[in-house]
Amino acid sequence: MAKLKMFQDLFQRYRRPGDLVFAVLFLAFAAFLLSQLGEQTVIAKRTKWYSQPALWPGIGVVGMFVFGAFHLLGSLVSPRIAGRWTEVLFWLRAAEYVLYFFIYVVLVPQLGYLPSTIVFTLFLTMRAGFRGWKACLSAVLFGIVTALIFRGFLQVKIPAGEIYQYLPDGIRSFAMIYL
Amino acid sequence: MDTLISGLAILAHWDVMVALLIGSIGGVIIGALPGVGPAIAIAILLPATFSFEPIVGLTLLLGIYGSSMYGGAIPAILINTPGTPVNALTTYDGYPMTKRGEGHRAVSLAYTASFFGGVFSILCLIVLSPLLAWIAPHFGSREIFLAAFLGILLVVVAHRGQTFAAGMLAFLGIFLNTVGLEPVKYTKRYTFDQSWLASGFDLIVVVLGLFAISQAFLLLIERDHTPERATVSGSMMSGFKELLGIKRIATVSSSLGVLMGMIPGVGEFTAQFLSYTYAQKSSKTPELFGKGSPEGLVASEAANIAVPAAAMIPLLALGIPGEALTAMMLTVFYVHNVIPGPQLFADQLDFVMALYMALILLNVIVLVFLLFSTNLLLRIMQIPTRFLGMMILTLSFIGVYSLRNSATDCVIAMGFGVFGLILKRLNLPIVPIILGIVLGGIMEVKLRTAMAAVKTPLDFVSRPIAAILFVMILLVLILHLRTLIREHKTKQGPDPIGPDHEHSSQQG
Repeated sequence: MAKLKMFQDLFQRYRRPGDLVFAVLFLAFAAFLLSQLGEQTVIAKRTKWYSQPALWPGIGVVGMFVFGAFHLLGSLVSPRIAGRWTEVLFWLRAAEYVLYFFIYVVLVPQLGYLPSTIVFTLFLTMRAGFRGWKACLSAVLFGIVTALIFRGFLQVKIPAGEIYQYLPDGIRSFAMIYL
Repeated sequence: MDTLISGLAILAHWDVMVALLIGSIGGVIIGALPGVGPAIAIAILLPATFSFEPIVGLTLLLGIYGSSMYGGAIPAILINTPGTPVNALTTYDGYPMTKRGEGHRAVSLAYTASFFGGVFSILCLIVLSPLLAWIAPHFGSREIFLAAFLGILLVVVAHRGQTFAAGMLAFLGIFLNTVGLEPVKYTKRYTFDQSWLASGFDLIVVVLGLFAISQAFLLLIERDHTPERATVSGSMMSGFKELLGIKRIATVSSSLGVLMGMIPGVGEFTAQFLSYTYAQKSSKTPELFGKGSPEGLVASEAANIAVPAAAMIPLLALGIPGEALTAMMLTVFYVHNVIPGPQLFADQLDFVMALYMALILLNVIVLVFLLFSTNLLLRIMQIPTRFLGMMILTLSFIGVYSLRNSATDCVIAMGFGVFGLILKRLNLPIVPIILGIVLGGIMEVKLRTAMAAVKTPLDFVSRPIAAILFVMILLVLILHLRTLIREHKTKQGPDPIGPDHEHSSQQG
């Protein structure tokens, strides 16, 4: 019993809700990578150990596995704070914004940077709960300023929108270069 | 002297000056916004500087790097919310001073202490330059390998109570660096026959995901919070006079900041801890610490601002970053075709001097800006957090997509964004991943080069600097083990049941 107590003392730490889930997932990921070490790396012939392509990935995954195991051990022996699945749900809620961001990424080459950015900022602002005209106007202004500064002024590499091709002659080239 | 004049000539261009001005003021504003750190801003803006002249792009990002902590002190003092994680200690004494009605005194003192610490550390850099120029060429492959290893080791053991987590994340960084085509034999490593994995993970994409996109997700999902309204009135100049009375603490704290900044993997938190402890132990009124002590405030601010400039020492001289921000600055240097390392001091000392002078100018610009615009910054800070999340996510797109117009990069960045969100929610450190990626790459290359000239294992540490570094590695390990044993014996280890909100593991 005394040994068990000493063991607990050694590895006990503060943990937040969801810590155990993360620790298990990380260790499982590290174990999977470790199982793939032979498959996904090559042991080169007539090559010294320090030049082997498998050396550093090996160091990485073995380190992940060993430290991950100790981290999980620490999680198991530390006092639990309630709210594990609420926390996991919180992580999963990020998927919604991942989806919005992905749609934005797809839209930019089609609609063009300026229009897509205005749509994105306005939509996100409303989704975040700001429905008043001041917030919406701020979002649109932010979208316009961002697009003009980065694409128009700083000439950051973002492709022109497909839709710009259908613009009248006078505006088309301007939109393709600056908007 | 010629080098100094040559350095001045590099700086004396209108575009460099404009970049410095925008970077410095932008950095203060970014630092003042709780939830947005310099790492996020540098990651977003880096691709935007690709087309600039190297010195212009560098001064812009250097401005953000060096000035954000100034801004971070304002919300720390006035609304008890640190603008950047390293300003957390500033809340201990700054906010109680505000509650006593001494907000303007605290802010003024923080500005002047930061200015003192900032200029002090750059002067140390300038004084040390000849020594660095002399010593840097003595760093061969094995010395750089050992220094990088020391950096990884320090970043792991510096996370007390989270050593295993920091270790596994550092190794994750080392692993991530190896994914893709191996550069010598051109064999695939962990690509799973996926073409998008063949080029590996770009550091900027990973950094943007872990720092910026994760923060955007966090702000958008969490309940909206608008920082409370605050104003300051009164002379901002009073801090200069008051600092003269606390100059011993300011000097020692700045020196500790310089010393800790120079050691890879240590950084602001340790510098602050040491300087705060020193200030409290040597104070005539130690009971005031944590309750609004001007000495505590000076110790915290002078130490944290001294670190970034000092962290440039291993970065510029050896090409070894000490923490996440310097790891990003290393990328900034590479992107702008400036390769930090011994050769930089040998061939481009005037360029290095220009960077130092830019850092001094930056401190002057920031101080002047802050003396007249604190209330303006307090109004900017009123941006609701969810709106801020929207802004960060929109800007992150530029950082990721403009690298190579790749939707795959965006998906990878989003993946790291979700991973960063989980780490932030669990208060697990992100910095070891970044250092693992950067230092892992350095170690792989340097070990390969070094071993070619090594016949027996002892040869590896036979040169004086290598031997010193090896002894330092052993010392760090022994001291860490000793601390663990002592903590276990006295049962004074980190409190296993928290709360841990007073010390964040996040940086940048």
